Amino acid sequence: MAELKRPLPHPTPETQHFWEGTRQGELRLQRCDDCRHVYFPPRPFCPKCASRKVSVFKASGRAKLYSYVISHRPAPGFTPPYAIAVVELAEGPRMMTNIAGCAQTPEVLALDMPLEAVFEKQTDDITLALFKPVKG
Amino acid sequence: MKRKSVAVVGAAETTELGLIPNLSQLQLHADAALNTLADAGLKPTDIDGVATAGESPTSVAHYLGITPTWVDGTSVGGCSFMIHVRHAAAAINEGLCTTVLITHGESGRSRIGSGRFGASPASLAGQFEAPFGTMGPPTVFTIPVLRYMKTYGITEEQLAMVAVVQREWAGKNPRASYRDPITVADVLNSRMIAYPFRLLMCCLVTDGGGALILTSAERAKDFPRKPVYILGTGESVETPMVSQMADFTTSKAFRVSGKKAFEEAGIAHKDVDHLMIYDAFAHLPLYGLEDLGFCKPGEAASFIWERNTAPGGKLPLNTNGGGLSYMHSGMYGMYAMQESVRQLRGVAPAQVPNAKISIAHGVGGMFAASGTIVFSNQAP
Ligand SMILES: [Zn+2]
Repeated sequence: MAELKRPLPHPTPETQHFWEGTRQGELRLQRCDDCRHVYFPPRPFCPKCASRKVSVFKASGRAKLYSYVISHRPAPGFTPPYAIAVVELAEGPRMMTNIAGCAQTPEVLALDMPLEAVFEKQTDDITLALFKPVKG
Repeated sequence: MKRKSVAVVGAAETTELGLIPNLSQLQLHADAALNTLADAGLKPTDIDGVATAGESPTSVAHYLGITPTWVDGTSVGGCSFMIHVRHAAAAINEGLCTTVLITHGESGRSRIGSGRFGASPASLAGQFEAPFGTMGPPTVFTIPVLRYMKTYGITEEQLAMVAVVQREWAGKNPRASYRDPITVADVLNSRMIAYPFRLLMCCLVTDGGGALILTSAERAKDFPRKPVYILGTGESVETPMVSQMADFTTSKAFRVSGKKAFEEAGIAHKDVDHLMIYDAFAHLPLYGLEDLGFCKPGEAASFIWERNTAPGGKLPLNTNGGGLSYMHSGMYGMYAMQESVRQLRGVAPAQVPNAKISIAHGVGGMFAASGTIVFSNQAP
């Protein structure tokens, strides 16, 4: 049986900049030039005011752990148990991710713990943004 | 919408529930539809409106030999059938059709003739959630709950109690899949699925179906069964990605849909005798009780712990045993409405004495959508 890998994204024209960014080790968000709203996931207009004048910028990569589950179900590319997490970025938006570099237990994974983005290459085209605890 | 003018005149589930390996998904729709037509004393040719999800209304209409003048294929998950009721009421009032059949059938366990799961890898959920190991609803629907629990100081024991109380109701229902009593300890000792969710906090996966027939309240008096009137309806959607919910402690779709239904019905919370809240997982009744306004934010777990929703309590909730113990085919909303209708016809296995107003509140996807129906057996 072939080795099973995690499902990988198929970027669309509207999300290219995000996946280009992760390939280069950057977390890229978008900001509305009119109302300054920062948002995710990507789209070429502001979800708050509908302006098409938006810019891509490099985010800090800092985040905190917002919520998660620790899945015990078998999943391609994962060894259970593993956390499926949502982090809140310092810039405001939230995104789903995995938490790298620490035990996948409720004791270690404390809500609101500080995190930083790390980039894990999957293929030549796709690099995923994961998050690891900030040492301190 | 010209409200208070439409009624349920037919309601039935599939003959069997649970494991039905000898019927395809389409035939589960048909089995439920035929039972419902018999319940209403109608033939397929009497139906001129068809609404369904999971299958296309074209497939269902053609399979049953119906030529509709109105169809609705709204498919936003398990609450689609509540939304069909809402749309059907508007369509009947507008004269687009007179007699609507709403069907559900799902081979959730046997997977006979059913569709495939999973988002396209080019969809937003496919790009920004699926790569992180999401493996279906138990690992996705559950993600907001730790934030909810931290915000309000809710314990795992309180989450477990939701399943314990619903099992009490299921014990009164001969058609429930699981009927043996369970304790909080049993729930917390059951197999971990996705922390903090144990097996007994997750819904069943079964085969089954159900259907409803609606017509104008004026005509409803001429049918064999006691009419169940639609007093108010609501619907909304929020996001296809659980990670993008505006607030992990409350569902915007629940709040919008519930408020709309209460306003249309012109009722207060104290008027409600019986409540169904779609419970794919143990946290949903907590969100539902709060977002519908029966409890203040953070207080639903205590409300359930203190047995307000249990047999003998002041707000009987999920009296069929719910998705946790009765059955859950995948799109459970139809079964919640079936139980509301049974309660208001006075024929439920765990009958609430003198129930006059029942609410069925549904969720679609993972907090993605919502539909709410206020039913009454009193002519409006
Ligand atoms: Zn804007």
